[in-house]
Amino acid sequence: MPANLEALKGSVETALGERVRSSVSDRGELTVTVAAADLVAAMKLLRDDAALAFTTLIDVIGVDYSGFGDGAYDGPRFAVIYNLLSIRHNTRVRVKVFAPNDDMPVVDSVIDVWPGANWFEREAFDLYGIIFKGHPDLRRILTDYGFVGHPFRKDFPISGYVEMRYDPQQRRVIYQPVSIEPREIVPRVIREGSYGDSGKT
Amino acid sequence: MAEIRNYTMNFGPQHPAAHGVLRLVLELDGEVIQRADPHIGLLHRATEKLAETRTYIQTVPYMDRLDYVSMMANEHAYVMAIEKLLGVDVPKRAQYIRVMFDEITRILNHLLWLGAHALDVGAMTVFLYAFREREDLMDCYEAVSGARMHAAYYRPGGVYRDLPEKMPQYKPSQVKNEAEIKRLNENRQGSLLDFIEDFTRRFPGYVDEYETLLTENRIWKQRTVGIGVVTPERAQALGFTGPMLRGSGIAWDLRKKQPYEVYDKLDFDIPVGTNGDCYDRYLVRMQEFRESNRIIQQCVAWLRKNPGPVITSNHKVAPPSREEMKASMEELIHHFKLFSEGFHVPPGEVYAAVEHPKGEFGIFLCSDGANKPWRMKIRAPGFAHLSAMDEMTKGHMIADVVAIIGTMDIVFGEVDR
Repeated sequence: MPANLEALKGSVETALGERVRSSVSDRGELTVTVAAADLVAAMKLLRDDAALAFTTLIDVIGVDYSGFGDGAYDGPRFAVIYNLLSIRHNTRVRVKVFAPNDDMPVVDSVIDVWPGANWFEREAFDLYGIIFKGHPDLRRILTDYGFVGHPFRKDFPISGYVEMRYDPQQRRVIYQPVSIEPREIVPRVIREGSYGDSGKT
Repeated sequence: MAEIRNYTMNFGPQHPAAHGVLRLVLELDGEVIQRADPHIGLLHRATEKLAETRTYIQTVPYMDRLDYVSMMANEHAYVMAIEKLLGVDVPKRAQYIRVMFDEITRILNHLLWLGAHALDVGAMTVFLYAFREREDLMDCYEAVSGARMHAAYYRPGGVYRDLPEKMPQYKPSQVKNEAEIKRLNENRQGSLLDFIEDFTRRFPGYVDEYETLLTENRIWKQRTVGIGVVTPERAQALGFTGPMLRGSGIAWDLRKKQPYEVYDKLDFDIPVGTNGDCYDRYLVRMQEFRESNRIIQQCVAWLRKNPGPVITSNHKVAPPSREEMKASMEELIHHFKLFSEGFHVPPGEVYAAVEHPKGEFGIFLCSDGANKPWRMKIRAPGFAHLSAMDEMTKGHMIADVVAIIGTMDIVFGEVDR
């Protein structure tokens, strides 16, 4: 696999040329970062280049990096990761793009490259508020009708803001502020590098 | 002339053929579908967000509740992603146990799909037959993990415990008499492996029974042949995987193409369809029953001959045995840290995918070195398949929508996550 990975890295870098901002091969997987402006052009190349032929879009992943590594991270807040699969060559690649503006994250839609991106982009919009420019039908998909906010952002509390109950007086289901306190049973901790050696066998 | 307009119809979310909580808004011209707009998310539980607030081990049981008819396959992708991040090795015996239970899970899933699909299209009997066999397989789940469905049996580094030496038996009760109990316990006299082996001997006969009812059935063919046709190019572009892709004639199976665990040591074939319609996908899944059965037989034969550990001896990842924990201070600390703080995972991003009964089920994990994942993304095959609903149903009749939902093998636990 590593020999293949080097070859794949070579051919991806040749095909994309200077559009590649960085490419990392880690644990047998290749991640290529491109700029938001080059996204659609790069994706078309990855799909149409005969040596790559990434004809299937496996997944679109929104990520919110605010607070990553206990604040050690300093970079754009939102990223979108595209997981591509080439059935012809049996290879995978991840393409990562950072949304330039943290307050209004906008990324071009790849729906013209892969029609399967439709729902994946709607999901990332719904959960992270990332706007996909050029998407024909960017509606919420997983959350409730009339939901406010983007629940997977790191500043959205796990218990949410509103809860639903049936109100016998009004004889209908109403929304009210949440009555439960968010609690953390196991705190999130990052230990220093060699702590515990859980990475080594 | 009066103006004729399309009208919209609401299908579900409480429709028995909607396989759970699918709400479909159909735009109809007479009885012909012009547009289908699935509204999903009625079962959204934010599993991915919950995983960010829990340690790695605490998320394992959430995996069972995603696709709740193929529980262990979901766990498998998740533990594989963690193992890839940590770089821990899984003992050979645990790999065989995992593969065996993956295939048991595949049969479980396909049995439910077959029963529900046939029931939707109008054949009642298959459903009853399928549930008869599911009962035996769920007993295997119960024997190994204590739970009939939500097993939480796969753990990072192996599986929770070894296969039991004794298959649990039925006990006399008010509703079952002595003779009935004796009949039920007939093949439960030995170990779990004996029971599974006996099942694999019986199972091909059962598949023949289902095929007798459906494969050449005129009504079944009228309802499925030529319905929901997807070309191979289109299937790739739409992100189809698993039997949905193989039904269109592409021999793509992660078990063969990107083998994980011990699939490269086992002998099995990938069935493919030719036309890409509901009937071909039915035939593909029927053949997968037989292939899974073959894999289970090979695993049983190997597991009989090769005893050994079933979970890694790295006690930073997997708990020590109860006896060691009680006797040694070091192991007590391991146990305590593991179940309070959990293990720390080195920073990095990985994607691990398994050939789930429904398609490619993958877990993307992003870690910043903490005891909880920074981001976990579940790649659910049903989500990609359901997104093609509009394209597949366009131009078909309302009754065909039901057949197409059936052939997609939709389970809302994984679509909505």
